[in-house]
Amino acid sequence: MELVCPAGNLPALKRAVDEGADAIYFGFQNITNARQFAGLNFTDKRAREGIDYAHRHGKRVFCAINTYPQPDGWEHWTRAVDQAAELGVDALILADMGLLDYATRHHPEISRHLSVQGSATSHEALRFYHQHFGIKRAVLPRVLSITQVRDLAKQTPVELEVFAFGSLCIMAEGRCYLSSYLTGESPNTRGVCSPAAHVRWEETPEGLESRLNNVLIDRYAEGERAGYPTLCKGRFEVTGETYHAIEEPTSLNTLELLPELRDLGISAVKIEGRQRSPAYVSKVAGIWRQALNRLEAQPERFDPEPAWMAGLAELSEGAITTLGAYERRWK
Amino acid sequence: MPNTTPPLSPTLSTGPLQLSLGPVLFYWTRQRYADFYREAADWPVEIITLGETVCSRRRDMKLDDWLGIGRELTQAGKQVVLASQTLIESEADLRDLRKLCDNGDFIVEANDQSALQRLSSAGLPFIAGAALNLYNPATLGVMARAGMRRWQAPVEMSQQDLAKLINDCHQAGVPHPCEVFAYGHLPLAWSSRCFTARRHQTPKDRCKFVCQKYPEGLVLRSQESRDVFTLNGIQTLSSACQDLRHELTCMADMGVSVARLSPRAEGMAEVVTAFDQARHGRLATPDPLALVDAEICDGYWYGRPGMDNTRTMIG
Repeated sequence: MELVCPAGNLPALKRAVDEGADAIYFGFQNITNARQFAGLNFTDKRAREGIDYAHRHGKRVFCAINTYPQPDGWEHWTRAVDQAAELGVDALILADMGLLDYATRHHPEISRHLSVQGSATSHEALRFYHQHFGIKRAVLPRVLSITQVRDLAKQTPVELEVFAFGSLCIMAEGRCYLSSYLTGESPNTRGVCSPAAHVRWEETPEGLESRLNNVLIDRYAEGERAGYPTLCKGRFEVTGETYHAIEEPTSLNTLELLPELRDLGISAVKIEGRQRSPAYVSKVAGIWRQALNRLEAQPERFDPEPAWMAGLAELSEGAITTLGAYERRWK
Repeated sequence: MPNTTPPLSPTLSTGPLQLSLGPVLFYWTRQRYADFYREAADWPVEIITLGETVCSRRRDMKLDDWLGIGRELTQAGKQVVLASQTLIESEADLRDLRKLCDNGDFIVEANDQSALQRLSSAGLPFIAGAALNLYNPATLGVMARAGMRRWQAPVEMSQQDLAKLINDCHQAGVPHPCEVFAYGHLPLAWSSRCFTARRHQTPKDRCKFVCQKYPEGLVLRSQESRDVFTLNGIQTLSSACQDLRHELTCMADMGVSVARLSPRAEGMAEVVTAFDQARHGRLATPDPLALVDAEICDGYWYGRPGMDNTRTMIG
């Protein structure tokens, strides 16, 4: 199984390569990628350096162009595809059907991976993307359980990549408009969710409050650990009860599932977090490299080392690390 | 107050705007569906879309039940569409989807790529649903080649963007009719988790169909008692009702063909009447701000956060 790691900048990319990533994914510094953060992502020059570094070490580089081209600005997206092609990336990670069509026609030689933002949750959906755009691989949404991944793996016409570690989206990715409902900007249109420009923190007599475009997302008592106000992870009131009505701040960690994912023929595991620091990427990549090496050496007797689990827990968002959607404890 | 930009090309108007009744997003009882569609048969809407688009566990209505209602509505002169489920997760979901696509009577609204695959490979025409994320002429071109007959704009698209998109599509040889979500709680997200079951502290697999208790969903409020979302099983909707009644003339001018009204449990007859009057240029004066007992919003249309209500904004 290939280890696919995120890079929000050149140092992160190099650290990922050094720590044993098989492939690194990145995006350009504009609205064409779904992790648009200030000061993050790659210019043409940095991307060139990064790709060169990875290739010299025998690693692959994927370029994520996975927002949806808006009615005004189609050329931003096609230019990004052309630019990535010119840079010599090993694969394009795309979501929009029009852009997939463009890449298929103009750069047929470059592998196309379906982004998680393409919302393919069944083998029929994968077949659609495969037949129309010849995708080589698809990244599966985090809403699927391991049983569903198993069903899908049996009949998929393409390679599968699953999320292994990092933040957890509990909505079907690519079909979540909650962020634009509150802020006007969404992953699909602008590559952002609960964008920082709309976030406000305030100390009040009731506690520390986090707001998104003035809507109260959460309120923390003294000593409580406060998290980024991603709107689906706040505490809200429903019929008189105040609780994490949609989702508790939780991260995904599928380390324990590795033998099963391997048996299912999953091609790659993906680490989330282009917005994370080089130090974070380095630590996560290192632990996952060790785990994958162990899996390779002793597939029958794979057992995650407590030190790996502790290391990953330290890096997790929110207090708890669970197996996330794959396990379905909530089911 | 922000205003709409003038329509790009008044010549794109395809005649009077049609009204459509979207699928019921909530889980109602069989009796409620029956009563609702018996009434709807007499309403001034041209198109009615039927079916369960949210959760496969909602099994009170079988495909045959929908087909039966569809035939009655056809006899009443309505164009009937069957909508597919938006989040397809299991082999069982795919089996149901196949039956729906192969129904033989009614055109299907494809709400995910599984449906697209099934319909296009069988050479069947389809309506492209809003969650397919159709944001540009190239994507609509792909859809047209796959058999699309009509398409829905993404809910988050502004008037300005949509006007440009329709115009560009015409120029690109994709003049297919466009449908806009004009009234109702906006469908904003789908999950494999059930938030209504979560409120009842019951696992999804043993949900006891609690969402049937809430024919208009469960309101999710901020800790300051501000309505934010509506929980509807695995689906999250806006808490406010989008109301674009005042934009119907603009829609017709910019080439929108159909305005979709999303059913609520109460007051739908009044909503349809108000929209029918509005498309004929008759807006009620004084303007009742809300047609039903829910806050209204129209922000997306103006390129703002969807929750905004520009009709009550100052400045």
